[in-house]
Amino acid sequence: MSDVADISMPHAEAAPRREGLARGWFRFRQSRLSMVGAALTFVVLFFAVFGMMLAPYPEHVAGGIETGLRFLPPSWAHPFGTNELGQDVLSLTMAGTTVSVLAGFGVVLIGTLIGTVMGGIAGFAGGWLDEILMRFTDLTLTIPSLILAMAIAAALGPGFENMVLAISLSWWPGYARLVRGEVIGAREEVYVTAARAIGASPTRVLFRHILPNCVSPIIVKMSLDMGFAILTVAGLGFIGIGVRPPTPEWGTMLSNARSYMPDIWWTAMAPGTAMFLTVVGFNLLGDGLRDILDPKGRR
Amino acid sequence: MLLFLVRRILLLIPVIIGLTIIMFAIARLLPGDPVGLAAGPNATQVEREALAQEFGLDRPVWGQYATYVTGLMQGDLGRSLLTRRPVAADIASYLPATLELVFAAMAIAIVVGVPLGLLTAIWRNRWPDYLSQVVAIGAISMPRFFLGLLLQLVFAMWLLWLPLGGRLPIVVMPPPFVTGFITVDALIAGDFSTFVTALKHLAMPAIALSLSPLATIMRMMRSSSIEVMAQDYVMTARALGLPRRKILTRAIARNAFSATLTVIGLYFGWLLGGTVLVETVFDWPGLGLYATKAIVSQDMMPVIGVALVIGLIFVMANLLIDLAYGLINPKVRYA
Repeated sequence: MSDVADISMPHAEAAPRREGLARGWFRFRQSRLSMVGAALTFVVLFFAVFGMMLAPYPEHVAGGIETGLRFLPPSWAHPFGTNELGQDVLSLTMAGTTVSVLAGFGVVLIGTLIGTVMGGIAGFAGGWLDEILMRFTDLTLTIPSLILAMAIAAALGPGFENMVLAISLSWWPGYARLVRGEVIGAREEVYVTAARAIGASPTRVLFRHILPNCVSPIIVKMSLDMGFAILTVAGLGFIGIGVRPPTPEWGTMLSNARSYMPDIWWTAMAPGTAMFLTVVGFNLLGDGLRDILDPKGRR
Repeated sequence: MLLFLVRRILLLIPVIIGLTIIMFAIARLLPGDPVGLAAGPNATQVEREALAQEFGLDRPVWGQYATYVTGLMQGDLGRSLLTRRPVAADIASYLPATLELVFAAMAIAIVVGVPLGLLTAIWRNRWPDYLSQVVAIGAISMPRFFLGLLLQLVFAMWLLWLPLGGRLPIVVMPPPFVTGFITVDALIAGDFSTFVTALKHLAMPAIALSLSPLATIMRMMRSSSIEVMAQDYVMTARALGLPRRKILTRAIARNAFSATLTVIGLYFGWLLGGTVLVETVFDWPGLGLYATKAIVSQDMMPVIGVALVIGLIFVMANLLIDLAYGLINPKVRYA
């Protein structure tokens, strides 16, 4: 008898959670658009990991040039044609997924980290600290984010890490406001009072009790932001600030393609469409996640 | 009301101070070599020092900031390191182009998006509604610069209906300056052919810029209309037998629109800073293009000026939206 009780204890704890997951998955599956988003996101993540390996012309991804084959129109050998250096556009686009997804994820992650710390402290401490941090957040919001990111990126110099850092520094205010609101809401909950009563330190209360209960809306915002972060990365590439060639990147490819239009129009199609589908995927996935995790935020 | 206005306008002062401090910190504290870039690769050490001294870049940051703020109070935004032209004059000449583009895009977004949102709310859960929801997600996800390129390819290069870029062809004399909006100025001057030409140049960039606010406004209008339709006063109006059209315009549209106004205000400021890519694609001579050129050469005075001007317009736009609330919704009172 006793070991039955031992086994049943963890089950009793895990059951409601698993049930919640199952119910969420069911609701997610009900929406066809959410499933499309999940599928698109899966394909994008697949290419982010394996794109470089699967590219039909890996030597072009590495920066190889074949001037004899430049500007070939779409064909079976090159479904999206070749560019001004004779490189296969399909290979470059597949390989470009990695940079875009990694950069987008980096931006959202760093933005969330800064925003959570700022908003968490502001909401938890209240008073003058809250006032100062939130006024700073509002100020950063009034600076046009693309221009801010461009200015920081240009001052830091070219390179992947600098670009990600630059965009993140213009990305965090939204998270700071979100987290602050959530923290203020959670601050008065009974479990917080209970934790305080046992003598938990303020840091512990904030990071172990309050913030874990604010995770859902943060995850929803992260998935909704992924697409726009990827667009911003591509935008910087399009303007000429960002990752340096030969690293394949969608925005830079589009910017190069623009110089040879209208006669050579096909070089723009693959990176542009890839960008569009990636953003659609993340937006649909984010909408679907919001419907499950944060029904109040539904519009 | 007056007190409210005065207080909100006084609040602009700390915003200006904060904005300039942040932008100055980026311009001066991050690594980067603006003087080297402006002087050119062949400049000698002496020439660089002369340039740095001329622009006060050899002085401590706080000294430079004090000089900048002093100039700011006289409407002086500093000088460009690269062109040596005063930034305030540059911005004054580039700002109307950007404003014209943003106003045109917002006009398209509101005129199309609001009725469409209302209609999809009426047709809720029928196929036109589903279709427009899917199209809206596509419109929000479309990279503006890729859309711009596609529009150029189809309408300017293949069909030859619209010009590729710019505000006016070089051979056309711009109308005398009144508002700085070429379309409006041409009408004021009574020059109809220039108006049509300017409108053709404006069409593609404005459409490319309007797509995502249009979709957002439509979605916002749809959801708030659905919310309003469930309200008691709509049921009362129905029960009283008021004509359908009257219920729609008086009770539903008006109340749903006041919620949509916030989105419009936010988008307006966001578009001002977001024209950069569209201006690049269409060679539209606005603030975005100006800022991009300055940023690439790390010429920071124009960048600070542009950020400041856009930030201020953003804050003022939101103030105007707050005032507009009071006009639409009499329940809102200003304390």
